[in-house]
Amino acid sequence: MIDIEGVSYRIGGQDILRDVSLQMGPGGVIALVGPNGAGKSTLLSLIARLNALQSGRITVNGLPVGQVADDRLARELAILPQDLTVTIRLTVRDLVGFGRYPYHKGRPSEADDALVTQALGNFDLQDLADRVLETLSGGQRQRAFVAMAYAQDTAYLLLDEPLNNLDIAASRALMARLRALAIEKGRTVVIVLHDINYAAAYADRIIALKGGMVIADGAPKQIVTEGLLRDVFETDAKVFRVDDRSVVLV
Amino acid sequence: MRIGVSLLTLTIMALASLFVGVIDLTQAEDAEIWPLIRDSRFPRTVATLLTGASLAIAGQIMQTIARNRFVEPMTAGTGQGAALGILLAVVLVPGAPLSLQMLLASGTALCSSLGFFALTRRLPPTQPLLVPLVGLIYGGVIGAAVTYLAYQVDMLQVIEIWMNGEFSGTLRGRYELLWLAGLAALLSYLVADQFSILGLGEQVSLNLGLNYRQIVLLGLIMISVVSGLTVVTVGMIPFVGLVVPNLISRVAGDNLRRALPLTAIAGAGLVLAADLLGRLVIHPFEMPAGTVIGIVGAAMFLWLLYGSRRLAG
Repeated sequence: MIDIEGVSYRIGGQDILRDVSLQMGPGGVIALVGPNGAGKSTLLSLIARLNALQSGRITVNGLPVGQVADDRLARELAILPQDLTVTIRLTVRDLVGFGRYPYHKGRPSEADDALVTQALGNFDLQDLADRVLETLSGGQRQRAFVAMAYAQDTAYLLLDEPLNNLDIAASRALMARLRALAIEKGRTVVIVLHDINYAAAYADRIIALKGGMVIADGAPKQIVTEGLLRDVFETDAKVFRVDDRSVVLV
Repeated sequence: MRIGVSLLTLTIMALASLFVGVIDLTQAEDAEIWPLIRDSRFPRTVATLLTGASLAIAGQIMQTIARNRFVEPMTAGTGQGAALGILLAVVLVPGAPLSLQMLLASGTALCSSLGFFALTRRLPPTQPLLVPLVGLIYGGVIGAAVTYLAYQVDMLQVIEIWMNGEFSGTLRGRYELLWLAGLAALLSYLVADQFSILGLGEQVSLNLGLNYRQIVLLGLIMISVVSGLTVVTVGMIPFVGLVVPNLISRVAGDNLRRALPLTAIAGAGLVLAADLLGRLVIHPFEMPAGTVIGIVGAAMFLWLLYGSRRLAG
């Protein structure tokens, strides 16, 4: 379980997060939604110790973030950051292979290689395995990074806006794969999404943030309503029910 | 396969190097040959190989840490910092032993590398060419300080030895420190994966549980030790650390576990070739290897700058 207790965060005198307390997992796909600047990415980066906590406490499976050794946490939790610029020439296989680094520390075993091959297969990257990352499209590169996080084989997987560069087919395929991970392997996937419809379709739970606070938290069916869109995003959009699912008419 | 061919080429060049010099080995008397090879030709050949290999690897690691293809220790302040250290050692402790010079040189080289990274980490990542430009200016400023200081203590001619690298003075007993530089480069191979991950940036490094600061510091120490040792023993040789990693990156990519051996071989080959060329063009006189590489390397640098901007990232 990810346990967040009274976390606040300020940048340059501005409140980004205000006294956020949440519990996530174990298991399931959890979507973080909210307007730009709501604090979603900051929350994710604090859980993944990419930024240091200022106040409050976060534990991942009982390990206190910020105190536990980096490599220990790397075997418990993986994050796909938003910025995926690559300045070095690596093949897809190299990149996915680095996902095993927390385990082998530079001396990969055959089991590590097997897991990398499996990750490449799971994300349809076999044909691209020996291509250099910079020759790939944005979506393909994104997929390679997700495969790296997958190869890290952690109970918790955090993804910051992974659908940014993806077309509709790739977006649906990625979300379906994440969903399968949660169902078949009991992983917890925490994902920042902009498109409420994807959240409603694929998440078990949606957490809506605004102004650094949790405004709504619950199953998509219950909380994706016209009222929520007005409160959180300050926009008037109609919400319909299609196939027992809430759909926002954009 | 690739490694095999390049190693074979390097061996042939190294053997040839044993036969190039003012004294023609085929005409020399038997009793002369062994001491000549032992005291001069062999040390000189080994020195070029060690210098080339370790400088190329230092350049590769510096580029990975800076996440920029256009930096290398000898043009971004590290080499100049090393020269400053040697000068300080010579001025403050007259008759300073080589080991003290080396220690101070590595220390000041580390300080100036830290300064370089402190300066460049604030630069906008959208302007990759700013990093090498700032490096050139920064290195130039430190170099100017060295010249000024040397002028004050009347040592201008002495610093020429460190500022322009060449191998004519490498004799038995005067090059052995370079083995340490070679060792530092060899050790970096043990943490090749860690260095590669650094190249993916701080966030990815943290995510993979890498102790980012510790590995960056380790890399900078390695670069500084190599710079300090080469500047003390043979002087500054520019562009090796720049051109070689760029070429190898195109052939073999940047997974350092695969690239570093090739980088080492190519670096050794380049410096050896430059030294051989320097010994041959105006035979029986010599042109410094640093000058030869300065000419060849500057041309290659311009080609890299203008020919392939996309490599800057």
